[in-house]
This record gives sequence, structure tokens and C-alpha cells, in this order.
Amino acid sequence: MFVWFHKLASPPFFYRFAQKLAPWLGWLSLLVILAGLYGGLWLAPPDYQQGDGFRIIYVHVPSAMLSMFAYMVMATAAAIGLIWRMKLAHAVSAAVAPLGASFTFLALITGSLWGKPMWGTYWVWDARLTSELILLFLYLGYIALNHAFEDRRTGDRASAILALVGVVNIPIIHYSVQWWNTLHQGQTIFFGPKSEMPPSMYIPLFIMILGFMLFFAAFSLKRLQVEVLQRENKSAWVRELVETT
Amino acid sequence: MKSWHEFITMGGYAAYVWPSYGIVLVVMLANAILPGRRQRRLLREIRRKQREEQTE
Repeated sequence: MFVWFHKLASPPFFYRFAQKLAPWLGWLSLLVILAGLYGGLWLAPPDYQQGDGFRIIYVHVPSAMLSMFAYMVMATAAAIGLIWRMKLAHAVSAAVAPLGASFTFLALITGSLWGKPMWGTYWVWDARLTSELILLFLYLGYIALNHAFEDRRTGDRASAILALVGVVNIPIIHYSVQWWNTLHQGQTIFFGPKSEMPPSMYIPLFIMILGFMLFFAAFSLKRLQVEVLQRENKSAWVRELVETT
Repeated sequence: MKSWHEFITMGGYAAYVWPSYGIVLVVMLANAILPGRRQRRLLREIRRKQREEQTE
């Protein structure tokens, strides 16, 4: 098992591994998301206050969760890259950043479209929304800084430091609804005696979260594969790969 | 959902629910398609450079 993990850090081995695994994860995520959509858009009953408008939750919450999860993956990999000078770690950060930015954008847009009918406005400068917007800028800053230098290693290190500094924003997003008086609602309790949602509402949400996670796994793997290919384009194994395919 | 009509109108919230799902679909599709395309383009480029080196 340990030997296998060690092998996975070798670029040619990882490349072939990702080539096989990514499509499976991608198709699996599609199936799970379709099941979640059926549950969320058709089977779940309308909310007693928000009617069918609440159904935005099934894309908003998974996007928002992934926006923070991807950032933690990016920052953890950046730390590993800075401390142990592992090249593959910086590639992980660079591969995850565009996906994280995408889901942050989706969390903001779907939240805004949800806010209009429920709060009467697309946007307010409250703590939750503002800190999520800062998250988007952190991702974009990371991507820009990563590409800003001639030397790949300088870009990796500079952007990794930005990623680490930005980690302070993650607990701020998470606890913002408790620390400040916000328009954004607090955390919903999904099950147990205090549940605010019946199972027919929260089960599709869990399925959607799982589907989005699988999507993230599939396409961060794919992006990492491309990142590795680009970074290693002059190495012997890439030459061999190109000749044989 | 009790009917197709209710599904399509989303109980009056269609103008907010469907654009949300639409933009999620577009962004996720882009994320699913673009990396594979970039990989193929990169492989083609590397192959071309190798051929150039060989003929020199």
C-alpha cells in the first residue's frame, strides 16, 4: 500500500493512473448528479415558506462547500510544496485553483439568484457574501500570480504564499453567519430531532453534494494530469509517451 | 412536483431557479471538456516539436 502511494508520486505512473481513473469518476459523478436532480427538482416537496424557489439549494450548497473544500486542498498542497519542495504538490495547487474559482463563482451567482426573490436584492455587502467574493479574488490572484513569472518555480512559490495567507478567509466564511448579523441564513440542521428539513428534501441535497465531490475529484485529477504533462514536457517519459501513442 | 406545468414554472420561481441550473450546467460542462482538449493540444504540440528536432 505504501509502495503504491510512493509510486503515485512518480509523474509517469500518475499520468497513466489518472488517464484510467478520471473518466470513471467523471461518468459516476454524472449518474449521481442526475439522481440528485431527480430527487431535488421533482420528488422533493416545495418549501412551506419559499415554495419551489428553495430548489436552488441543490446547486448552491454543493457549490459553496466545494469552493471552500477546493481552497483547503489548494492551500494544503501549497504548504507541502513550500516546506518539502515537492514539485507535484505545486502542480496540485495549480490544477485545483480553476475548479475552485469556478465553484466560488457558481456559489455567488446561484446565491444571488436565490437572494432576489427571497431578500428582494441580488447582492448585499454582508459578511457571508463579501467573504465569499474575497475567496473568488484569492483564487484569481493565485492563478494570475502562478503565471506571472518566466520561471515556473518562482511563480509556484509566490502563489503558494498567497494561497497560505488566504486561508484566514476560510473560517471567516464558515463562521460569518454566527459572528455577524447577516442576511444570509445560518446553518440549517438537516437531521436529528431538531431537523428543519424532511428526508425527501435533505437526501437529494446529500446526493448532490456527493455528485459534486465526485465531479471535483474527476476533473482535478484530469487537470493535474495535464499540468504534469506540461511541466514535464521535456522529460524522457513524455517523449516515450508521445512516440508510442 | 404534481405536474409538468408546476415543474416548468417552478411555482412562480422559474426566472430564478432555471437560470441558476443553467449557469451551473454551462460552467460544469466547460470544466469537464476543456482539460481533455488542452491535453490533446499539448500532446500534438510536443509531438510536433519532437519531429522538428529529429529532422534537424
